[in-house]
Amino acid sequence: MSDFWRRFSRNRGAVVGLVILLLVFAIAIFADVLFPGSPWDMATAPFAPPGEDGMLLGSDSLGRNVAAGIAHGARISLMVGAVSTVAALSIGVTLGAIAGYLGGWMDDAVMRFTEFFQTIPSFIFAILLVAIFTPTIHSVVFAIAVVSWPPVARVVRAEFLSLRSREFVQAAEVLGKSRLAIVVTDILPNAMSPIVVLSSLMVASAILLESALSFLGLGDPNLMTWGFLIGSGRSVIRIAWWMSVFPGLAIFVTVLALNLVGEGLSDALNPRLARRRGTAA
Amino acid sequence: MAFSRRGLMAAAAAAPVLMRASDALAQGIAPRRGGTLQMMLTPEPPVLQIGVNQQGPTLAAAPKMFQGLVTFSPTLEPVPLLAKSWSISDDGKEYIFNLQENVKWHDGRPFTADDVVFSIMKFHTELSPRARAIFTLIDVCEAKDPHTVRIALKQAFQPFMLMFDATAAAIVPKHLFDGQDYRTAPAVQRPIGTGPFKFTEWQRGNFVRMDRFDDYWKPGQPYLDTIIYRIIPDSQSRRLALESGQVLLSQASDIEPFDTPQLRQRPNLEVNTNGWEYFSPLSWIELNHRVKPLDDARVRRAMSMAVDRNFIVNRLWFGVGKPATGPVASTTRFFDANAKIAAFNIAEANRILDQAGFPRNAQGVRFTLKHMPLPYGEIWTRLSEYLRQAMRQIGVALDLESTDAGSWARRVGNWEYETTINFVYQFGDPTLGVERTYVSTNIQRVTFTNTGGYSNPQVDALFLQARSAAASADRARAFSEVQKILVEEVPQIWLTELSFPTIHDKKVRNVITTGLGVSKSFDDVFIVG
Repeated sequence: MSDFWRRFSRNRGAVVGLVILLLVFAIAIFADVLFPGSPWDMATAPFAPPGEDGMLLGSDSLGRNVAAGIAHGARISLMVGAVSTVAALSIGVTLGAIAGYLGGWMDDAVMRFTEFFQTIPSFIFAILLVAIFTPTIHSVVFAIAVVSWPPVARVVRAEFLSLRSREFVQAAEVLGKSRLAIVVTDILPNAMSPIVVLSSLMVASAILLESALSFLGLGDPNLMTWGFLIGSGRSVIRIAWWMSVFPGLAIFVTVLALNLVGEGLSDALNPRLARRRGTAA
Repeated sequence: MAFSRRGLMAAAAAAPVLMRASDALAQGIAPRRGGTLQMMLTPEPPVLQIGVNQQGPTLAAAPKMFQGLVTFSPTLEPVPLLAKSWSISDDGKEYIFNLQENVKWHDGRPFTADDVVFSIMKFHTELSPRARAIFTLIDVCEAKDPHTVRIALKQAFQPFMLMFDATAAAIVPKHLFDGQDYRTAPAVQRPIGTGPFKFTEWQRGNFVRMDRFDDYWKPGQPYLDTIIYRIIPDSQSRRLALESGQVLLSQASDIEPFDTPQLRQRPNLEVNTNGWEYFSPLSWIELNHRVKPLDDARVRRAMSMAVDRNFIVNRLWFGVGKPATGPVASTTRFFDANAKIAAFNIAEANRILDQAGFPRNAQGVRFTLKHMPLPYGEIWTRLSEYLRQAMRQIGVALDLESTDAGSWARRVGNWEYETTINFVYQFGDPTLGVERTYVSTNIQRVTFTNTGGYSNPQVDALFLQARSAAASADRARAFSEVQKILVEEVPQIWLTELSFPTIHDKKVRNVITTGLGVSKSFDDVFIVG
């Protein structure tokens, strides 16, 4: 573990990313303490600029506190990122494992199915799904999961293809272990590092997708999210730039942090790759 | 007090309708011939043939080319247009219209009483459900001579005159429509009317151009040479076009409410919110009475008391419009200022709900209702977000559901909603535009009927009495009575009397002179040099 942390911390950017991410988590957890009450409550006059009327980041067109919106929105954004990534992973890992381990016609069938999903532009597909199922937090998470699993399936399949003919797998087969046990206890732990790296990036893209959907008015109308904040500020950007800029920064910083952490994880989990990159630089 | 001053102002504004060039001179501004007036049309209508299309943009642009028998002052008195005078028999059943002479269609053919009879009995009766409902009361409609039309009604119907504005029943040329499918006749694409401007060109997605009709029946008018409607889909570009002087006038929802305060500051622009007296759109929270506990009048009254209507007008619409006080807009006839809904009072609303037996649960919620914001743009979403916060204060949780315009209309029409927002035109008279929402005989699976399902035999009887009475005084009594009942029962939670600013360069004169705002012929509009 300390070895892992040492390798991770060698990447300065990753540490910065981790600190930012922890900060965002802290804001999300303590949102109710920092900004008590609902973020939808009208706190002051509309369009108060940042710093006035006790509004740290200004107020929106109904006099709602933008800072409170960002803090409460962090919860939804992180939650949507985490839940939809877990859902996408469970679909992607299952299908990738089946395709990679069983091979043959099963592999063909699963990969054609995956390609079918990959050929549809993911954002358009997500819009379509949300529009069909009416915008709620459940349909948004579902749509993001459905459009983000195919890369996972392909990565997992590739890992399984190379691992399944290794000696330790063959040994497990000779020992008479069941297929399921081999997949779960022998192969999967060895395929873990690319999955971990990939999932940190998936959380970032899920946050972006959710924001884009909310921006277009396809978010859950009962939940305060960053995308909603930007979307509602777009038309008044000439009067109140702060309504779009601060939530935009929140998304930018969080997604950047997740990408930096993802890179750090990649370094830490693939020490040889990181060392090679270290000497090259 | 405030009301009587309003009436005075309205009367002053009505004057220019009848103003001729000499009157304008007396004011110190000589109407100037010439010039091009550029405006905007949002959104672009599919066709400009009034009747075939009755949506807002068409109703704003088409009256430049088509005219009705009369138009209406801001106090909703009829003002002569194609009919130079009229008489109504004492029993209120017979109408005689004397038409202007020397009126020509844009193709040069003379306008006669036959065109009027055709427009009323065939064209609008076939195309418009609103006209059909009223024109079925006509027993005989005939041309007594080329310039006289006689209409005999089966029964007296006092608001009948209100149906003769261009937006309700524009007079169309019989020779171009009779015997054809009105929707596909060639004239639909190249409208021919009697108005001061004739259609010249329409580049889809770009502009509509109309030019001065030289044979217009009012001597010396119109003053403008050309009217151009630009199609600008983006609201910020529209604002820029107005600020930069590319267009001289904006109307209806061209300009977003939050942009209005900045435009008011500009010295060269005039912001006028009059001209909606005929339509008088009234907005409300539409409640479905089939959903418990919305069938309970106490609940509805408490919810109505939780809404701060001043906040809605001032914060959301930036001071354009006014708080509603009841089911009839203050600009509609027979509005009774004494019938008022209970004032904004959160504490009292909470007390009513406590007494009615709706205790708060651990989260402070008494009951939860679904709510569909009106999908007509951002401001309506903001309104619903405000209402959700307002209702939370009395322990009513509103759960917002997003819809698109198509599903909204379908769900409201099929009664598949709990609460939503709606706004409806009143057309000058409660019988025409208010009755439909509250009488049980109009509970239909169609939007803009009594979709809420409110039913009260007393209300039904009073509306019927007001509909069939021939004398104004009798009608007024019935309408006052019904307004007093409705403000107690609160079948729908009325929010605001909507109004839309007409913003124009001060160089443009005589813009808003009637109760129909920009939906007028513009034959008296001119641009000072």
